[in-house]
Amino acid sequence: MSDVAISLRHVSKRFSQNGGPAAVGDLTLDMRRGETVVLVGPSGCGKTTTMKMINRLVEPSSGTIEVDGTDILKQNPVELRRHIGYVIQSIGLLPHRTVRDNMATVPKLVGWKEGRVEQRIDELVEIFELDRELLERYPAELSGGQRQRVGVARALAVDPPVMLMDEPFGAVDPIVRERLQDQFLHIQEELRKTIVFVTHDIDEAIKMADRIAILNKGGVVEQYAPPEEILREPANNFVKQFVGVERGLKRLALTNVSEIEVEEGPVVTSGTSSEDALKEMERFDFHWTAVVDEGELKGWVDVPSVKRVRTVSEVEPRPFSAYVTEQSTLREALDSIVTSRTHVAVVAIEGQRYKGILTLERISREILS
Amino acid sequence: METINQIFDFLTDPANYEGPMGIPTRFYEHFLMSFQSLALGTLIALPVGLYIGHRRRFEFLAISVGNLGRALPSFGIVALVYVFAYDLPGDIGFWPTFIALTLLAIPPIMLNTFVGIKEVDRDTIEAARGMGMTGREILQRIEVPLAAPLILGGIRTAAVQVVATATLGAFTGWGGLGAYIRDGFAVRNFGIVGAGAVMVALFAMTTELLFAGVQRVVSPRLSSQRPRWKGFRSPIGPEGDVVYESAGSGR
Repeated sequence: MSDVAISLRHVSKRFSQNGGPAAVGDLTLDMRRGETVVLVGPSGCGKTTTMKMINRLVEPSSGTIEVDGTDILKQNPVELRRHIGYVIQSIGLLPHRTVRDNMATVPKLVGWKEGRVEQRIDELVEIFELDRELLERYPAELSGGQRQRVGVARALAVDPPVMLMDEPFGAVDPIVRERLQDQFLHIQEELRKTIVFVTHDIDEAIKMADRIAILNKGGVVEQYAPPEEILREPANNFVKQFVGVERGLKRLALTNVSEIEVEEGPVVTSGTSSEDALKEMERFDFHWTAVVDEGELKGWVDVPSVKRVRTVSEVEPRPFSAYVTEQSTLREALDSIVTSRTHVAVVAIEGQRYKGILTLERISREILS
Repeated sequence: METINQIFDFLTDPANYEGPMGIPTRFYEHFLMSFQSLALGTLIALPVGLYIGHRRRFEFLAISVGNLGRALPSFGIVALVYVFAYDLPGDIGFWPTFIALTLLAIPPIMLNTFVGIKEVDRDTIEAARGMGMTGREILQRIEVPLAAPLILGGIRTAAVQVVATATLGAFTGWGGLGAYIRDGFAVRNFGIVGAGAVMVALFAMTTELLFAGVQRVVSPRLSSQRPRWKGFRSPIGPEGDVVYESAGSGR
């Protein structure tokens, strides 16, 4: 099987016959298997049109589209759609059917037996951490977040390899949206579907995408690259403007502490003599040092407290009010730096194992690189 | 007071319940005529309404016919058809009445069906299409069930109008309960006229109640909390949204 799951070749769409502007002019895009591709751009850029051509809710005016190497324009559109997951912003659950029946819609269309449908619904309930009680409810009785999750679960019912999602989290409030995004990222990590995701929100795009296609009017691809690259090297002014002023900060949110080299900082064990501890602090020009016992981070001691004793063990180390882990983003590390009195972020792994420190200089070097 | 007594006497006299001019016969004629014209009217209006609503084409046709239906005087239609249908075979007066009533039944059914289908949430339809439902599946499984209360509302309106208007058939030579009104006038017996009017009114009201019941039964369930016959709310919205004024929705 080839690496490319969805391939658009010179695809165009004109809605008006007599030479009006094309919604999509001449678009060529390859989407890799198991990746989330986010189509993002201002309204009128043809992102939704492009997405809908993949399941032929919109028929392309010209060009070819292949899904898994098959020319979809030669397929029966109804058959095609039954094997591509589809989620829209308003979800569109059937109001007169229970959640269970809604989720069973596509399995029943493709002719699954009752037992298999039931089994699959059980799986979906588990994957999406849905309350089983919800199954007998009607859509009008669900909260916005529940409706959204049921909508995504329904789209995954026959386990389609490809999913099309048009602003699937657009209709809920920001807090719920973030939770849904996190949950979906988590699920996608397991399922590795090929996802075409449409949004107008660049932050959502950066968060959800393996690859972002930034579209301009008429479906012109201004840049097609991983989020990190788009933030680091915006291809042109349009991308730069669209991505916005906080490019640096947005990039920090994309990088984990584990991806960069942390710095060495002052560190002593409780057995260290106070003389050596003071030397250690001097070496880094710090007035405090981390205290570690058998690799475990105990806290910190400062110059005045060490001066009063002979060995560090005589001082009760004070706990760090905050430290970051390897899974933290650089943005979180930056927050830790600017809010700590010492302007240093301490990095520990797996909870308490000391790793090193991060300073403002180190992080800004990362942004500039 | 005199007339009310006469009406009461007429309705309680066992002699009036016998023979070809008796109340059961007249009622049966009235019922059959109403039923037949309502059935034909539904047969014509329902598919047309479904088609227009589902395909969203020729909407102006549905609206024009609906408005035309409201503007046409029923008696005018009866009289007009009488002129043209006089020579048709069958009982005297049957065809004019039947055709007029059928024409009367079509607009509310067609308009309500069209509006009911059209008003089904577009996003629900879009999602269904995206999931791979065919047009027929969408119509059968989504549009018709959701529009059912409104469609039934149209049939209910039509039925009541047909039952009430069937009375006019008596004036073009046909029977039915209207015959009492006609004959009562002829002999200047207002007791008979009143009895006929009361029976027509009762029949029409019974029809209304009967269809209201059916309407509730066909209303889709939208909540697990309460059974559908309590607190049903039309998925289409308040009655005010419907362009045809007498299109009732279940409640």
